Amino acid sequence: TQWNKVIANITTHYVKETPQRTKLLDVFMVFLVVVGALQFLYCVLAGNYPFNAFLSGFSATVGQFVLAASLRIQTNAANKSQFPDVSPERAFADFVGCSLILHFFCINFIN
Amino acid sequence: MAVKTAPSVGVEIHADEKSRRLFRVAILALIAGAAISSRLFSVILDPWFNFRATKYLVANGFYNFWDWFDDRTWHPLGRVTGGTLYPGLMVTSGVIYHALRALTVPVDIRNICVLLAPACSGLTAVATYLLTNEMTTSPSAGLLAAGFMGIAPGYISRSVAGSYDNEAIAIFLLVFTFYLWIKSLKLGSMLWGALCALSYGYMVASWGGYAFITCLLPLHSFVLILMGRYSNRLYVAYTTWYALGTIASMQIPFVGFLPVRTSEHMPALGIFGFIQLVGFIQYVRSAISGRQFQTFLMTLVAITFVLGIGALVGLTSLGYIAPWNGRFYSLWDTGYAKIHIPIIASVSEHQPTAWPAFFFDLNMLIWLFPAGVYLCFQKLEDQHVFVIVYALFGSYFAGVMVRLMLTLTPIVCVAAAVALSQVLDSFLTTATPDKETAIKESEAAAKKPNKNGGLSAFNKPVVGVYDRISKVVVAGAMTTYLILFVMHCTWVTSNAYSSPSVVLASRLPDGSQHIIDDYREAYQWLRQNTPQDAKIASWWDYGYQIGGMADRPTLVDNNTWNNTHIATVGKAMSSREEVSYPILRQHEVDYVLVVFGGLLGYSGDDINKFLWMVRIAEGIWPDEVKERNFFTARGEYRVDDGATDTMKNSLMYKMSYHNFQNLFPPNQARDRVRNSALPEKSPELDTLEEAFTSENWIIRIYKVKDLDNVGRDHASAAAFERGRKKKPVAKKGARALRID
Repeated sequence: TQWNKVIANITTHYVKETPQRTKLLDVFMVFLVVVGALQFLYCVLAGNYPFNAFLSGFSATVGQFVLAASLRIQTNAANKSQFPDVSPERAFADFVGCSLILHFFCINFIN
Repeated sequence: MAVKTAPSVGVEIHADEKSRRLFRVAILALIAGAAISSRLFSVILDPWFNFRATKYLVANGFYNFWDWFDDRTWHPLGRVTGGTLYPGLMVTSGVIYHALRALTVPVDIRNICVLLAPACSGLTAVATYLLTNEMTTSPSAGLLAAGFMGIAPGYISRSVAGSYDNEAIAIFLLVFTFYLWIKSLKLGSMLWGALCALSYGYMVASWGGYAFITCLLPLHSFVLILMGRYSNRLYVAYTTWYALGTIASMQIPFVGFLPVRTSEHMPALGIFGFIQLVGFIQYVRSAISGRQFQTFLMTLVAITFVLGIGALVGLTSLGYIAPWNGRFYSLWDTGYAKIHIPIIASVSEHQPTAWPAFFFDLNMLIWLFPAGVYLCFQKLEDQHVFVIVYALFGSYFAGVMVRLMLTLTPIVCVAAAVALSQVLDSFLTTATPDKETAIKESEAAAKKPNKNGGLSAFNKPVVGVYDRISKVVVAGAMTTYLILFVMHCTWVTSNAYSSPSVVLASRLPDGSQHIIDDYREAYQWLRQNTPQDAKIASWWDYGYQIGGMADRPTLVDNNTWNNTHIATVGKAMSSREEVSYPILRQHEVDYVLVVFGGLLGYSGDDINKFLWMVRIAEGIWPDEVKERNFFTARGEYRVDDGATDTMKNSLMYKMSYHNFQNLFPPNQARDRVRNSALPEKSPELDTLEEAFTSENWIIRIYKVKDLDNVGRDHASAAAFERGRKKKPVAKKGARALRID
């Protein structure tokens, strides 16, 4: 039906148009989603007793996911016009810096 | 940097650019200097708790401060201070203190606390400069905004020297966070987003008003999305800010899990989810054809929207997400606080703002403000949307609560500077065009209606604003207004906002100044003449001062975290002595302190606050304390002969007027605040005895009597004492009874 067509179109577009490096990034993002979902599932099943631990673990995955997404957006050649001042190297450096900040806070919060 | 990147047309431009930058730096420095010096009209330390906490931090180190359990406030309960305050202010001054020591400039921590607010106001002016420069290309707007922000009384009122309050540092962080947000939104840079998050985290550590940012940034983003201005830059800026800022804000013990648990923070979370969705849709849109995209979009958006709202409502009603807390809720339902939480309504800063206050605090800015917002509508880029959203929200909140004038002031300064710089740029710098080009342009303009906006006069040919006379007149008028603005600000600051609350100044008939220093006199008395752990009961307004200046444990203080405990004190103050005495004994109270302005006409005394004590007590014990009983049959609140018995027998009344009548010739005792004659006889106290009364009778301290030696209750013991002195006959009668 129509939905099948839509999904098929998206997949072909993705496989054809996406550069290798971005695909690598996507694998990382999928991994983060899986880890986050597992944590959430465990929280639902086993209760959220050390709530700060759950929060820091979960927000580490979420934060890392959005940072990776931002990196993906900024390194995508199609978006070049929107980010005139951000070179891919600069984007990567930003990514590293932001991830360090994120992990500092998460480790501090997990106690 | 700007010099380097500027096209090197010639040496002259180079030099010109350089001197301009020099001018800018000089002007900013002067503005910062003016901002600091205009806050030095009176120098006295006020918020005593922050000062006390800072002293503790400096003396005991950071880790002890973080785990500080304060057993000298809220007497039987104590206060887990490290977990119930915003530590940003104290840590900042602690850092400055240690930095200065490291530079071998040993400065007393008290001086740092006093001068922190003026120093931060200089930084605020610079932050406003940066923020305004993001809004407009005009070179003068930023400097104007910085000048306005430096001396606007709406901000000075909370940041005079010695007002060592959270707002002192928070407004700087507020403006700076907004600047970083705009910057990261414009550049779409993760690094600026991370800086914005860090600044936001610092703001969370400093002031409870951080919720304003938490709600304003999502709102701005939401409005941008609704306008169809979603961009990848917005995605990067918002998600970086939210992911880092939220985890940063949770590091503060006082905030803890609030960002995921309370309704104030839900807009930010909701927009975070929404923006992921929009980002994904944007990606898909580039992948497939228009028709397929539409079905895709409709289903996806409908499903997630319903799911999201459903989840929010469900979680809130199931109790996983706390509903709005009272302080925030009362901003929406303005009658709520007065009915349900009298302690919020009892603070004078939580009243609605009257019109004159806007003109008083902002003078000419308040009428330039709408013009500036209008100009933002005309340009309408992402950052201008921010100004508009902020202006709307800030005005609403400032209208609901006097105190929130403070959050409105920055945007008023920015918008007014945009408007004024537009006027000045048009009238000062526009060169007259040649006749021919002007005619051509006007013809072109007549053919094609102007879509860019701008005042229509600017599009007209040679006449009008290019004329020298009109330039001089308009620029002169604006300069006059600016000068008047400076004079107004100075006047307001020196007259209205520079009065210390601890030392009262009055003028004698001959014009010389008379200082009334009763507060410090009384606190000093407490400090020197009472045991180190004597508990002082007073109304909560004086809690921090007693803790800071008298250094004695108190029952309640200005941090009103336990309403029942405050109501207990209210009940003790508003009940008969027989009821109050057990309460005071149970809480191990040694001294009771009341503020009484009847002799001097000092209107902020406890009799005028008394009805709030009654109301707060009534909220907990509606059967024992009734507000109605304090009014006469005709509904008047009186202290003279016509006062009700409940009023006359209340502990507060007795403490305030005890022995007061003896100051006057018989029958001429007058209360100068209530402006009424007092009853002939002064009230008798059985369970308390007067310990200290300050020079002008402003502070009266009573000692709680111990239990009677012989086991009588105090009323009969006191009656016995009085009786024996007056009528020895009664004593004989009693002896006669004992014979058989």
